[in-house]
Amino acid sequence: MDWNLLLPLLLNGFIVGALYGVVAMSFVLIYKASQVVNFAQGEFLLVGAWVCWYFLTEWQLPFWAGFLFTMVFMTLFGIILQVVVLRPLIGEPVISVIMATIGLGIFFQALMKWIFGVFARPFPPIFAAERVDLLGLQVQPVYLLSLAISVVIMGAFAWFFTASKHGLAMRATAFDQQVAQSLGISVPKVFAMSWAISALVSSVAGVVVGVVNGVSSALSFYGIKVFPAVILGGLDSVVGAVLGGIIVGVLENLAQYVDAEWLHIGNLYAIAPFYALILILLIKPYGLFGTKNIERV
Amino acid sequence: MTAMTPAGDFRTSYRADMSLFATRNTRLAVIAGVALLALLPLPSVARQYLENGGSLAQSYDDFLALFDIGRYGLGLLIQIGFLGVAALGLNILVGFTGQISIGHAAFFGVGAFSSAWLHEHGIPVLLCIPLAGLMTTVVGIVFGLPAARLKGLYLAIATLAAQFIIEDFFARAQWFTGGVAGRGTEPPALLGFSFDREETYFYVVLVAVVLMFVAAANLMRTRDGRALIAVRDHYLSAEMMGINLAYYRTLSFGIASFYAGIGGALYAHYLQFVSVEAFNIGFSIQFLGMVIIGGLGSISGSLMGAAFMVLLPEVVQLGADAIAGGPVDQALKLGANISFLRDMVVGAVIILFLVFEPDGLAHRWRLIKAYWKLYPYSH
Repeated sequence: MDWNLLLPLLLNGFIVGALYGVVAMSFVLIYKASQVVNFAQGEFLLVGAWVCWYFLTEWQLPFWAGFLFTMVFMTLFGIILQVVVLRPLIGEPVISVIMATIGLGIFFQALMKWIFGVFARPFPPIFAAERVDLLGLQVQPVYLLSLAISVVIMGAFAWFFTASKHGLAMRATAFDQQVAQSLGISVPKVFAMSWAISALVSSVAGVVVGVVNGVSSALSFYGIKVFPAVILGGLDSVVGAVLGGIIVGVLENLAQYVDAEWLHIGNLYAIAPFYALILILLIKPYGLFGTKNIERV
Repeated sequence: MTAMTPAGDFRTSYRADMSLFATRNTRLAVIAGVALLALLPLPSVARQYLENGGSLAQSYDDFLALFDIGRYGLGLLIQIGFLGVAALGLNILVGFTGQISIGHAAFFGVGAFSSAWLHEHGIPVLLCIPLAGLMTTVVGIVFGLPAARLKGLYLAIATLAAQFIIEDFFARAQWFTGGVAGRGTEPPALLGFSFDREETYFYVVLVAVVLMFVAAANLMRTRDGRALIAVRDHYLSAEMMGINLAYYRTLSFGIASFYAGIGGALYAHYLQFVSVEAFNIGFSIQFLGMVIIGGLGSISGSLMGAAFMVLLPEVVQLGADAIAGGPVDQALKLGANISFLRDMVVGAVIILFLVFEPDGLAHRWRLIKAYWKLYPYSH
């Protein structure tokens, strides 16, 4: 066992996994509230990161201002998408809704490539220090920031859903739309809100990844990595999404380690989550925390 | 659909109700359509004969030029053919059985590589194509076994995983795919005659398309076909009526893979080169787009959807050429970004169809037919 290789990989897995968890959480949010499986989640990251990049480099805004503007923009973006594209599809079969979000994904990916080009662009540097010493491991400060942001977002979600009025309204809608409506909750407003929050939170993750790796269309792959995470955690469980994300992140890096040490087949890193996904679907399709769907005629 | 049957067609027997074509005229029209299609490459062949020193007057050449759609046009038709076959397979799975697959391009790729691989082992191409279909069926059933337990969204995600796993396999399996370099192959040949040009390969594809579409139309008239539709409409009721859900879901997956394999094999021997990168998730989504645009649960719609998807980029290109050099063109840098514009149009068209025409082109076609059938007294 090579601990010098394994430990950084595990830490990296944990940090990346936390980001997966954040994206998975915002995916689950949409699914819970409006029963829409969003295949364009990765494009939320992509659009958010590019918009923030644009504010920072073209408008020369300071980081906090660009970040704030991006969040405002993404909130509006999420609401507009929900109202224009998803609202007319309420009540349509699953496949139509899935295809609509896939169509959205294609559209925005191509649009971003058109506007910003196909090459990765780096963010302007945000931190002065190159590396920070953490328990004997050299870590980029951006990673620490990303972990901190992930934890803050998760905390905010927990508060939002247990204490705030809107969060409770959202949970009520997810539980039973008709009952929620009869209690005076505006279901369309809840749907729009869920998309807005989801777009906003995803774009935060997008900006963080963009700061670490540069912005490119590779960001939208996070939207696909979300599926192993949410299936593992259970499609309608926010806690499950976070745990699933972290497990997938660690699993990826473990696969990388196993590959580098013993197997030497290469690229196991990228494909391992999908094998895990198939296994989970075969053994426990409702995931660790998902509600088991019992059908009655 | 039943509302659109012509006056006087009462379907007084089961036999009449189950017939492939509603009236004799429909059957004749379809046969005539196929025959007309079969004539399409001929002007091109004749003109090449003229160029090579054949002795026909210039006026004949002008006349032939009217009907000559050229190699490029034939190439587009060939693409519509093999994509249409694969899209029909996906439509049997999605439109008739109600199972979603986001990994169809991977199975298409399995067919393409299988056929090229079989041919390298000395099997004649025309035999390779159906064998490749069978090989793809086996792969499809392996991945379809989870499909027997899953449905809807969970199945969609499982096939998404299958897409990435098979893509990864393509990149790894050098013996099968030629690795990063890809694998070359040859056009089909029969009794020493090689179908190596668009004008001749067109007939191979035409025969395959006709066979596969007639087979699908007939499948839907059998007990198995009706069972698939029952599984789609209400799987619990279907199960109570004695339909084995696991069997029919796997069967549907197998059939879809068979069609994808045949389509892929036709693709391989048309391009004569198969590249590892071709069968990505974007391609899979295009297949889904074809099925949705053509019409879920419509056999002829699959072909219409394929035609739409193949011709759409051409139309976009034409539009871009029309405004080339103008201020709009310069502002948007269209020339360099045309592929992104195409992708955007594909995405937008999928959404627009879902919102405004969820039953697809096949439904619109039926409406147009009904309009003219009843014209001018539409009420």
